[in-house]
Amino acid sequence: MSDMTIINAQYGVDPEGNNTSIKATIDGTEMFVPIDPANRHYAEIMRQVDAGELTIQDAD
Amino acid sequence: MSKAAELAALIGSQTALSNRNLIINGAMQVAQRGTSTSITAAGSYFSPDRFEVGITATDQLAATLSQSTTAPDGFSNSLKFEVTTAETTLDADEIVTLRQKFEGQDLQRIAKGTSSAEQVTASFWVRSSNTGTYILELYDSDNTRQVSKSYTINSANTWEYKTITFPADTTGAFDNDNNLSLFFMFWLAAGSDYTSGTLNTSWASATTANRVVGQTNLIASTNDFYITGVQLEVGTATPFEHRLFQDEITRCKRYYQKSFPYGTAPFNNAGQGGTRWDERTAIWPPNSFSNSTYIGAWCHLSVPMRVAPTTTQYNCNTLGTSGSYLNDVQNSGISTSYAITSTNHNTEKLHFYPGGIYSFGNALGVNWEADAEL
Repeated sequence: MSDMTIINAQYGVDPEGNNTSIKATIDGTEMFVPIDPANRHYAEIMRQVDAGELTIQDAD
Repeated sequence: MSKAAELAALIGSQTALSNRNLIINGAMQVAQRGTSTSITAAGSYFSPDRFEVGITATDQLAATLSQSTTAPDGFSNSLKFEVTTAETTLDADEIVTLRQKFEGQDLQRIAKGTSSAEQVTASFWVRSSNTGTYILELYDSDNTRQVSKSYTINSANTWEYKTITFPADTTGAFDNDNNLSLFFMFWLAAGSDYTSGTLNTSWASATTANRVVGQTNLIASTNDFYITGVQLEVGTATPFEHRLFQDEITRCKRYYQKSFPYGTAPFNNAGQGGTRWDERTAIWPPNSFSNSTYIGAWCHLSVPMRVAPTTTQYNCNTLGTSGSYLNDVQNSGISTSYAITSTNHNTEKLHFYPGGIYSFGNALGVNWEADAEL
């Protein structure tokens, strides 16, 4: 039941280099999404990744 | 014992006297995101708090979702959904719902999936320019089961009070956690994918065609739909459980918070003044901390959230780059900006990191919205 449009997904890292978030443009707004399966945006990002509809770029 | 005392004792033995209502913000008092939202495309829209309009596959519909002051006696507000551009042809997959979602841990009193399962009753005030049959649905996302009931709006532009009882379900328990377990959905429009079967009025495995049979198409023309006093409780209908504004906004903040004052919609370049930044703004302290310390900007949340939230960022200086940047908060008019490249939020604290160590002498900060909706 999701209609999110998600583009420009990229991992973000903490000072120790761990992936802690995903920066993405969701429905036209840039957001930071925690890596937490209970977060609805993260769940939708991973659903789209699994469906081959979205790729998450590595952190810079 | 008098009859009144007998009745009071009976009610007390059958029904919780407080916290009966599973719905949050059922009187539509709280609207943290603002009092009006324009809908121009399919998607999800929240306002007032905890109520979500979900729109799938429409290609013409435009609408306004707002906190209205039109309300029945005893209420100050309602939710108003107003169609401004109609969907002239409703395709098979097009739907519009107004819903609230529940965590499984908040539904354990229903005892669903056990031999002690309880019936639940919804009650609400509704008003529309478009009379006809409407569907209210409970959808159990843990077990992919659902039940639907119809109600009728009899008179145009008139407040009507409705009560709808859903049967107990001894199959499929709700998970006892903070994840989504139940949709409570007022249907406003549904294409034939959802309406071509027989309305399912007893709990059963979800069959799409049986979910919304008989639904009036609200979006066929420029209609409106108001609702307030929404209650969902175990057992039979009781009078609406009014709560204090403070009680409701605290519950709402589990799912949405912002750094701005209650009546201020988030915006960039707030500048000097009361909304520029305050104790809720995420701050990176100035040189009182070593420049070689990579700490980033952080703040505590005023209420623990359901999960680590998604954030949207806003510049809190009159100058500097808007959006996901840390900007000077000591001196309005300084344009220094550091791009935020990552976050490490949890349920009680937000933490924003730039791409490296900064050597700027002033405090940096960022305003934010945090979303932990289901």
